Amino acid sequence: MNNTGSVTVLQKYPRKRLNQRSQTLMALAFGSIFLVAITVIGTMVGDIAITTNFTQKNFLPQMAHPFGTDWLGRDMLARTLKGMSISIYIGLFASVISAVIAGILGAAAATLGKKVDAVITWFIDLVMGIPHLLLLILISYAIGRGTFGVVVAVAISHWPVLTRIIRGEILQLKESNYIKIAGKLGQSKMKIIVKHMIPHVFPQFLVGLVLLFPHAILHEAALTFLGFGLPPEQPGIGIILSESMKYLSLGMWWLALFPGMVLMTAVLLFDLVGGSLRKMIDPHSAQE
Amino acid sequence: MLEAKGISFGYKKGINILDQFQIRIESHERVGIVAPSGFGKTTLCQILSGYIKPASGQVLLDGEDLHRIQGYCPVQMIWQHPEKAVNPRLRMKSIIEEGDQIEERIIDGLGIERDWLNRFPGELSGGEMQRFCIARALGKRTKFLIADEISTMLDLITQSQIWNFLLAEVTERKIGLIVVTHSHSLMERIATRQVVLDTRI
Repeated sequence: MNNTGSVTVLQKYPRKRLNQRSQTLMALAFGSIFLVAITVIGTMVGDIAITTNFTQKNFLPQMAHPFGTDWLGRDMLARTLKGMSISIYIGLFASVISAVIAGILGAAAATLGKKVDAVITWFIDLVMGIPHLLLLILISYAIGRGTFGVVVAVAISHWPVLTRIIRGEILQLKESNYIKIAGKLGQSKMKIIVKHMIPHVFPQFLVGLVLLFPHAILHEAALTFLGFGLPPEQPGIGIILSESMKYLSLGMWWLALFPGMVLMTAVLLFDLVGGSLRKMIDPHSAQE
Repeated sequence: MLEAKGISFGYKKGINILDQFQIRIESHERVGIVAPSGFGKTTLCQILSGYIKPASGQVLLDGEDLHRIQGYCPVQMIWQHPEKAVNPRLRMKSIIEEGDQIEERIIDGLGIERDWLNRFPGELSGGEMQRFCIARALGKRTKFLIADEISTMLDLITQSQIWNFLLAEVTERKIGLIVVTHSHSLMERIATRQVVLDTRI
């Protein structure tokens, strides 16, 4: 008998690292706190972001102004946070609308018969077939630009992927044995939906929703950068970047670098939060 | 009485794996179905318990069309693969509760231990899960039980424990039993009558 061998191994290597679940949980918490902080601070900075001070214009990054100041003497850190929070709000709003559309259409395609399914699938292919940015510009332009235009454009161009996922999930669920058995055991349709379907589909929906945020934010920024999005008086991150472009050639690199990095960080963090959420809800995906 | 009249069914066009199949089962009978793999045993089970609608013919339960019955189906099928027959997100307790007022007696008789009730399906073995599926099918209103190779994954001792209980239960409550198994000895022991599926494919 050599049982002692395995015991020694366990004692020899005590658990130093956190297990994968704790790591994921920490990533999730870190990402969420950071994003909420950006949003809250950005909302609270208020007037600092638009207050001009011509005695302090074109400052390089320094202690008083970590991100420098622009050609009107506005503090770039305040502007960036403000812009980022506006972008996050718009992204949030647009992706929630998008996800709701996806939820409704996905469920409809899977449950309302072949004809409805064919029509919805056709629309999915149609929207996915058009280049994203082109579709965004067209919709936003047709509606009349501004915040409303951006939200509508982002909302109605981002639903297809999630719709496909939800449709597939429900179709697969409908054919699963345990749901058929529940029907034969006299469970009502409503009960089967509440007890078997929603607990399965909702996590997928939630993760899909969170993973829509980075897309929505990036596309909002891109649209605004190209001049089809937010109006200049609403300094979204796209506006800040496009205005900064004019001053880049004058050597004012900090105007574009820091806002761009914050935008990228926010997008990556949203991706991290979505990915971690998926791992928490569906542990199988952690091994992929 | 469970009666199937002129049942035909096929998965591919023009090829029927069941062709004008007839069967009559009284509620005191225990019928064994014998056929090689791929001859439509499971398909027949699914038709008899109303999961599949046959291409032609009908299944009658005491003279009533099985497909017209709403709510609890008195013909309950136990599937071959228990892991597909339970929702992996529910605890075994709620899975049992889906059945029609399952008595404690049944849970004990099948050798289900109390602490299994709070577990998820992934925390049980196939054999342990199958006992829950059997218990779930033995609801108050069950009149016919269809067992589609339910004990293939079990060891012989557990197998005989479960079948002892099931046979006693079925006899006592006058539930008709339809059994599919490849085990000859099991068939000899259980079935009062054997039906051979021999549709040529």
